[in-house]
Amino acid sequence: MNLEEIKSQIETNVPGCLLEIIPNGSPSGQHSLLVDPEHGFAVASFLKDGASPRFDFCSNVTGVDWPVKEVSTKTKVKRIVEGVEKDVDEVVKSQTGGYLEVVYHLYSIEQREGPVVLRMRTVDRAEAIHVPSLTPIWRSAEFQEREVYDLFGILFDGHPDLRRLLMWEGFVDHPMRRDYVDPDDYEYEPTAHDEVLKRAQAHRPVQEGGL
Amino acid sequence: MDEQLKSELRRQGVVATSLQELYNWGRKSSLWPLNFGLACCAIEMIAATMARYDLARFGAEVFRPSPRQADLMIVAGTVTKKMAPQVVRLYNQMPEPKYVISMGACAISGGPFKQGYNVLKGIDRYIPVDVYIPGCPPRPEALIDAFLMLQRKIDAQYLTGPDRPRHLNSELPSEFAVPAFGAHDLVPTKNSEVWSVPLVNISNAGKNEPGRD
Repeated sequence: MNLEEIKSQIETNVPGCLLEIIPNGSPSGQHSLLVDPEHGFAVASFLKDGASPRFDFCSNVTGVDWPVKEVSTKTKVKRIVEGVEKDVDEVVKSQTGGYLEVVYHLYSIEQREGPVVLRMRTVDRAEAIHVPSLTPIWRSAEFQEREVYDLFGILFDGHPDLRRLLMWEGFVDHPMRRDYVDPDDYEYEPTAHDEVLKRAQAHRPVQEGGL
Repeated sequence: MDEQLKSELRRQGVVATSLQELYNWGRKSSLWPLNFGLACCAIEMIAATMARYDLARFGAEVFRPSPRQADLMIVAGTVTKKMAPQVVRLYNQMPEPKYVISMGACAISGGPFKQGYNVLKGIDRYIPVDVYIPGCPPRPEALIDAFLMLQRKIDAQYLTGPDRPRHLNSELPSEFAVPAFGAHDLVPTKNSEVWSVPLVNISNAGKNEPGRD
């Protein structure tokens, strides 16, 4: 099974959808398919019912947080410096990330194929954090989408019961986001080291008792 | 009464005892644990009650499904912050005298999840714990050992006097504050009547260790 084939199958059957293959450079070579959220539901229902092979099983739903990250790339540019042409390193700064991502792993139990990795991205990390829920297509996504909502704060439109799963109602943070600040309760750490040691010492700079 | 005289009388068929001994013997020999488990430690707790380890030999075979009928709470497993208020509430609903065994690394301190966002750093922050069992998970033998330790503790309790246990002293509380769900953490994060920060010297931690600068 080839991801290119699946991509062209989807493109002929779901008009207007924007697909992109995101290559995976590791030895597993498990490339994934980026789908735009507007057509996410249509693409998913095609994969469930129309595609060959039919992907009848969604094994895993994950969230990924991509905070805004500044990437600087060095390029050699020819420039005239003091009347002489020289190779000069030019640093180009650009920004990547700034969105949340949901990842679905799909399998075909029927044809023993898979996984096909679907990704959907939100527009940003604050306001436009909606993606369509795929729970109406794969029932197994229900609790996992709730977990992604709980830990990353992604809102799934069309989810039948979008409540927090691990944390309680009234909890405001999303703990798996990169910028989550955990409660500063490091007053007692029996085997503190590294970062934890620093935080424990900030609580009690001179620890009484001891050896 | 002199121990030697007591055993002498015992050989003659005369049992001499005190009300305190009788009372403590009765209580320590029929501890009824509360039937609840929180994580993998509960599996070891269940194993301890089954035929191979047979906790019933020590008078603790009746696991009660209601806190109103239980004397002993075995906190077996990870206490998440979402579960902690329910554990404290169950403890409050148990009648005195009541005891707590904190079973496993998680129930003691949070264990491998100590720095996690959703795990309580030890149930002793909210309720008083009588016996701690380290281990991840502790073996059934360790639970039996904790049981015997608790029985020894009960055996040594006085019925009267200033050292009498909580259930015989109406001035001491039998219920403890149930924490509330806050916006970022449980409120309060600890009950300072029950738990205070242990004395640990961490000022030298990280220094003079091989493999460190």
